[in-house]
Amino acid sequence: MSVGAAKIPVRVAEVVEVNPLIKRFRFQRRDGGPMPVFSGGAHIVVDMDDHGTRRMNPYSLMSDPADTSGYEISVRRDEAGRGGSLFLHRHVTVGMEMVISSPINLFPLDARARRHLMIAGGIGITPFLSQIAALQAHGGQFELHYSARSRDFAAYADDLTARHGDKVRLYLDDQGQLINLNSLLQGQPLGTHLYVCGPKGMIGWVRQTAETLGWPLAAVHSEEFLAPPVGLPFQVQLAASGKTITVGPAQSLLEAIEAAGVTAPYLCRGGACGECETDVLGCDGQIAHNDHWLTDEQKAGDRQIMPCVSRFGGKTLILDR
Amino acid sequence: MAASFPPSIPSRPVYGTLTARPGTAHLMVADGEGAAALTDMLARAQDAAGLLARSHIIYMPGPTGTDLWASLNALGAAQCHRSPSFAAALPRLQQVLSDAHMGLQIYVAGTEGLIGQVQREAMLAGLPWQAVQTEHRGSTVRRVQCVHCKGITENVRTDPFPCSHCGLNLFVRDHYSRRIAAFQGVNIDAEDPGQVPAAVVRFT
Repeated sequence: MSVGAAKIPVRVAEVVEVNPLIKRFRFQRRDGGPMPVFSGGAHIVVDMDDHGTRRMNPYSLMSDPADTSGYEISVRRDEAGRGGSLFLHRHVTVGMEMVISSPINLFPLDARARRHLMIAGGIGITPFLSQIAALQAHGGQFELHYSARSRDFAAYADDLTARHGDKVRLYLDDQGQLINLNSLLQGQPLGTHLYVCGPKGMIGWVRQTAETLGWPLAAVHSEEFLAPPVGLPFQVQLAASGKTITVGPAQSLLEAIEAAGVTAPYLCRGGACGECETDVLGCDGQIAHNDHWLTDEQKAGDRQIMPCVSRFGGKTLILDR
Repeated sequence: MAASFPPSIPSRPVYGTLTARPGTAHLMVADGEGAAALTDMLARAQDAAGLLARSHIIYMPGPTGTDLWASLNALGAAQCHRSPSFAAALPRLQQVLSDAHMGLQIYVAGTEGLIGQVQREAMLAGLPWQAVQTEHRGSTVRRVQCVHCKGITENVRTDPFPCSHCGLNLFVRDHYSRRIAAFQGVNIDAEDPGQVPAAVVRFT
């Protein structure tokens, strides 16, 4: 069984320090061929061999979807994370051979919208860069509101402003500039779709405000990849393969299943897509459901788990895997 | 009261019960018995007066002649308009949608033909179709498109029925198009011309 999206063997063509926190990486096919065309908002999963530990992290594509000569991602260094971004920042250099997945889009533009209102926070700018490139090609209407901690950390802001003028509005925390969300959302003509990508708090704030102002859920889109949280080690029985595995403190359940040689489906590895959903056959303890996929009802029922981001504490957890 | 439709293929629309929702403006459209769904919703609403102050109601009598205009006109909405038919109400509906901002709540109640056509106008204005709240009341007559000549027959009562455009005898399916806002009608005697089953009144 093949799992995940099809793999593409690539070479690192360019590494650029965008600001003190963000590096940009460009990948080209090792065989010199064209990359698959993707749609604005898509991401890839980057496969990393971090000194013996296999890491597979999702990153939004930020390059122009029409550019098939290579893909670009921007990665924010997360000192407190499990190490994927640190590996990319410290060890990935031009010429290195790596493997990435084909693009997957969980954050597409809705082509039925009359116009697109985008709200970005920090590194959440990346999917909008490819979306805006796609909209430019088709003459689609958009407006981007981009919030960053200071001008130095507002990656790509100068380029966006130079290209798109007053369609781009920048808000800098250190200048005390805040998005006036109420008036922004109330002034949108019928048929506008809203997109938000950024920190968890920002996504919650935007979604909540939109709902209060009567925006339909189907017109509000957001994307947040979760990094698998660290936690206490725990044991899991894999009923279908007859194995018992231990999930390490900095390992995800999905990674532990894979490390035991058991094939498990996945796509985003960030709790968003739903592909890795696994049936729980027995649970004596507490599942920490960390995903955005299962409904609150399903989470309360403990009959399914998303092994990419969720953990367990207690006596026994038996999975149909 | 609302008719309960038997379970069918996924294409067949299902309807809910109107609920007052937060919004910056409210558009309510009803025909025939649908007026009662609006008054029922407002009776359950926390702040009906506040809602009505930002409401635009468009009403037309139903296909079987039911006219509850007086009950809506008495509500005291910011705007309340009676049209003789959906066709006559359409320019007003389109104007309201083109002037509106996000935050508008749309409620439609009455026959399936009305619900589908209002939903279609909302979609053409760029709203997701799920954004329109619906409640079925009154007549179950159907708006059907002939898949052969593409002509639409309104208020279909029997199955089969003769297409009002090309005259073919059409079997009424539950297969529905949101884009056309109509059920599909397919020639029932294509294989054996003239072998037409007796028409049965299925929609009243």
